[in-house]
Amino acid sequence: MSRRPYIRPMSQTTWYMRNGRYKVYMLREMTSFLVGFYTFLTIYALATLASNSPQVWNSFLSSQQSTGMIALHGFALLYFLFYQTFPWFKLAPKAMPVQVGEKTLPGIYIVIGHYIVWAVLSAFIFWLAGVI
Amino acid sequence: MEHIKADVVIVGAGGAGLRAAIAIAETHPELEVALISKVYPMRSHTCAAEGGAAGVKRADDSLEMHFNDTVSGGDWLCDQDVVEYFVEQAPRELVQLEHWGCPWSRDDDGSVAVRPFGGMKKERTWYAADKSGFHILHTLFQTSLQFPSIKRYDEFFALDLLHEDGRARGVVALEMRSGRFFHFSANSVIMATGGAGKIFPFTTNGAIKTGDGMAMAYRAGVPLKDMEFVQYHPTGLPGTGILLTEGCRGEGGVLVNKDGYRYLQDYDMGPETPLGAPVFKSMELGPRDRLSQAFWHEQKKGNTVETAWGDCVLMDMRHLGEQKILERLPLVHELALSYVGVDMVKDPVPVRPVVHYMMGGIASNIDGGTPMPGLYAIGETACGSLNGANRLGSNSLTELLVFGKRAAAAAAVFAVQQDGPDNDSAMTLQAEAVVARIRGLLQQNEGVESIAGIRREMASSLEAGAGIYRDEEGTEATCKKLAELQQRSSGIEVNDKSNVFNTDLQGLLELQNMLDVAECVAEASNARKESRGAHQRMDYTERDDETYLKHSLAYRQVGDRPRIDWLDVTITRSQPGVRDYSGDKK
Amino acid sequence: MNIRQIELEVMRYDPEKDEAPWFQQYSVPCQEDWAILDALNYVKDELDTTLAYRWSCHMMVCGSCGMMINGEPSLTCKTFVRDLPDKVRVEPLENFPIERDLVVVLDDVMQKLHQVQPYIVRKDAPPQEDKEFTQSRGALMKFKQLTMCINCMCCYAACPQYGLDKNFIGPAALALAHRYNLDSRDQGKSDRLDILADHDGVWECSFVGACSEVCPKHVDPAAAIQQMKIDGAMEFWKQKLGMPGDKS
Repeated sequence: MSRRPYIRPMSQTTWYMRNGRYKVYMLREMTSFLVGFYTFLTIYALATLASNSPQVWNSFLSSQQSTGMIALHGFALLYFLFYQTFPWFKLAPKAMPVQVGEKTLPGIYIVIGHYIVWAVLSAFIFWLAGVI
Repeated sequence: MEHIKADVVIVGAGGAGLRAAIAIAETHPELEVALISKVYPMRSHTCAAEGGAAGVKRADDSLEMHFNDTVSGGDWLCDQDVVEYFVEQAPRELVQLEHWGCPWSRDDDGSVAVRPFGGMKKERTWYAADKSGFHILHTLFQTSLQFPSIKRYDEFFALDLLHEDGRARGVVALEMRSGRFFHFSANSVIMATGGAGKIFPFTTNGAIKTGDGMAMAYRAGVPLKDMEFVQYHPTGLPGTGILLTEGCRGEGGVLVNKDGYRYLQDYDMGPETPLGAPVFKSMELGPRDRLSQAFWHEQKKGNTVETAWGDCVLMDMRHLGEQKILERLPLVHELALSYVGVDMVKDPVPVRPVVHYMMGGIASNIDGGTPMPGLYAIGETACGSLNGANRLGSNSLTELLVFGKRAAAAAAVFAVQQDGPDNDSAMTLQAEAVVARIRGLLQQNEGVESIAGIRREMASSLEAGAGIYRDEEGTEATCKKLAELQQRSSGIEVNDKSNVFNTDLQGLLELQNMLDVAECVAEASNARKESRGAHQRMDYTERDDETYLKHSLAYRQVGDRPRIDWLDVTITRSQPGVRDYSGDKK
Repeated sequence: MNIRQIELEVMRYDPEKDEAPWFQQYSVPCQEDWAILDALNYVKDELDTTLAYRWSCHMMVCGSCGMMINGEPSLTCKTFVRDLPDKVRVEPLENFPIERDLVVVLDDVMQKLHQVQPYIVRKDAPPQEDKEFTQSRGALMKFKQLTMCINCMCCYAACPQYGLDKNFIGPAALALAHRYNLDSRDQGKSDRLDILADHDGVWECSFVGACSEVCPKHVDPAAAIQQMKIDGAMEFWKQKLGMPGDKS
């Protein structure tokens, strides 16, 4: 007869301004814009290759060597490292704990394992690219 | 008023209520169970039990030994047929809980581990670290979710028992969220509402433990049994009264006074045992009544430590080492650190006795049956006389299970055998009278008393007159004071006149319940002129089996103090003897 | 003992009188060792008996007293005056409808706890009634931390996904399901999979991680949910590749 539960509104667009924890989360999620950008860039690169014109391809390559683009790539690298790689690797032991007998393997081993895999993959890509 | 018809109504959804509900759902799925609780089941105070649940487990232990420990621990006031049934069923019930997923701590071989406990001759306390009650409660609650015949009414505050021609017929309850009244009718009513520690000023008990079920039964004419026996747990944190489990001592913790001396050896519990090697049934593994009484004497002698929260002794656990403390006692470690700022790995913790458990309760028998047909009582709210004059730690968690199940069976059979109420309209009238009483409370204006004020006076009077040690003068004064407070409580105004979640009204109703229960405690303490177990009289220091090998029964008399009557103790094979806590050294 | 004056700013809402919640100020003389719950009890006993809130054990185990303290979901019995500024704001848990003052409506999460089948499911018969299951300490360790949940619901108050979409099963209930999935005595994992792998289940979680940060019992539901995602993905590929699935 007298219940009237009150529902506090939650803004669909600005809820993440509520606290620092949510803001950090949104910064992490914003890496998706960069992912989108690199997806587009890859497709564009493929299209230039498909055009079969060395000229087009070379102008694409040189566009990537402009100061602005290098700054953007550097920014993207750092952004990914700080908002994706480091936090995700830090959390990896929680998502995939390894239990040996009664003890869980100290998380540091799993973190180090991730960095090793990352280094090996990076080296492989550098090798493919002819850098090393 | 809404009318709900069920076959069995269970009031209280803690360990006992949930166990009973599951038992009925398993054996009589056709019976509808209405499980009424004033809080969500997982808030029930079973969750605060820490140490564990007793049941014979090891090959070097026996039912006979568990029986003897319980009976002598209870200073021969236990009904021995009840104890016999209990010790026999205990292991089976604990295994049942294991099958339901209770995360018991384990031994190296993967079997359930057991730890020593006070007054027990062998390790027989099953435990889940130091959150045993919590895990038992959650296991039972989660298990209960699979039975559709259990219909839960969470946050319904039961107000009064309905009865006709001396037979229980149901209860009236208030739905807290809406302020609506509900009339529950059923052939069987099981009270499982827990204890009443909140009648005392300093208690381990949660806010919800206000003796509601005891008071409801008492108002309906059912006697409360052995109410003078109130257990003080020897190791509560000063200030808050938070419990530090007996498991602390079971694992090897020791109690010392301000001189660092293990004073228990001066109170018939010696000789001193080596540090880190506790001996069953001696020193720190003595029973709770003896340990709390020893504190009282140390305080009188000026041997206690003064702290910001009053006089304390110290519990020293440093020799257990960090690993053992964190593995077996993580909760109490955190509690001591948070509430008194002591890291028990590095420093001794100040502790003092604290009201913990009511041995007394609604007079009930081995089936949970009460003098009122159709009314059953289980758990702390009941006095089935398993615990006698002093409960042994870890017997009560098992009691919830063993007698929860047994009372459920009896209640189910009774519900099936009886016809429905002959006169439904009479019950409706009775229910309406209850509602009118509550509405009357809400309409009262210009009160001169406050709930908190009367509650404080009640609690301090009870502590003064019916504390660890009692005498004629003190109990008499408390009885008079409580009678006065009963009168004065009618001058309380409920400031909150609203319907939705009116905790002001609930507070007043709980206070009324507590006053009824407190009067029984004081009156029974006054009437028992001997010292036995947790009831110690300075004017009658000896146990008197000639006169008082009997249960006290407190009956309500309208407008007067409770009347005390007596009931024989059931003795099957153990005649009253000496309680020996010297670890077989005598 | 030292007394410190704390200004409590408490959200009030009486559905029979108020259109919307508002804040009431109480000035509370707090002892230095008090928790916020003690301050609320002081208000209830001495200043205003009409204030409604839930509490019971005062020892961090019953889970009744979860509230927002200065914007953070917390147990009021575990949040101490000594760690707080002189002005403290107390609100009912976020993401839940307010029933009255600091009391929230819990129906939805109670139903969700029920929904995940949080009990031992057996396909084979259990051991005989007087015999227990054998469970190594290592096997117990796998799920022990997940049994520590006291259902205080602070995690739901912290979870923006739950705030935005009430169909999400949410942290405590998912962690509870994982607790039973990991229990060596249970064989109900495949029964629970349909609920957990559904779009309201683990995949709705975007790993904000707030639930684990506010959990007063260090249950870490966020980790449990990520583990379940890995489990679910493995199960999916096993089925695709025609490999035998999880036996339970």
